[in-house]
Amino acid sequence: MISTVLDSLSWLLLLSGCACLLISAIGLLRMPDLFTRMHAAGIGDTLGAILVLAGLMLQAGLSITLVKLVLILFFLLFTSPTACHALARAALAGGQKPLLAENLNTENPISESSPTEQPLP
Amino acid sequence: MMFEVAAVALFPAMFLALARAIAGPTVYDRVLAVNTFGTFTVLMIAVLGFMTDQKDFIDIALAYALINFIGTIAVLKFFAVGDFGYQQESKK
Repeated sequence: MISTVLDSLSWLLLLSGCACLLISAIGLLRMPDLFTRMHAAGIGDTLGAILVLAGLMLQAGLSITLVKLVLILFFLLFTSPTACHALARAALAGGQKPLLAENLNTENPISESSPTEQPLP
Repeated sequence: MMFEVAAVALFPAMFLALARAIAGPTVYDRVLAVNTFGTFTVLMIAVLGFMTDQKDFIDIALAYALINFIGTIAVLKFFAVGDFGYQQESKK
């Protein structure tokens, strides 16, 4: 009885986690500007990871694998925002202007992303 | 059966992240896409570990998560500061 509940719950968690990852990847492609893409990437890094790893934790049961999965989740939740923060600072220091609302050409916002295309340093 | 479905569902997300890495106009888009791809790889390794019932895949996923973060920060430091900060020692 308990295993069917666990299986169905981890089915649900895994599928919703994969849905979050897909949404994050699609958002990564469709967003017009670097900083909005980071928002999309953040969804996948945090919620997607939580759901997928929670689904795996239910399957792992009380074992050393469960501890490792908790460690992975803990580490991912700490480092993904830090990496995104470092990326935003580096982008701003590199002269990457965020795309403001007034100069967003509404007919095809995705074609031309951030106006200041920086050549590689 | 559940892990196969999760693994198959993860593949298109990884391809989309790669598409952003290739299409990304600026270098920062590529760093972001590679960082996201790394997180997807961590989750894919964990799911594959459970699919083939080899629990030491979880250690690989943990190590990959660590290295992915270090790599992202190293690339950012290189592109933000222009070098890894070794020149100062050599100049002294």
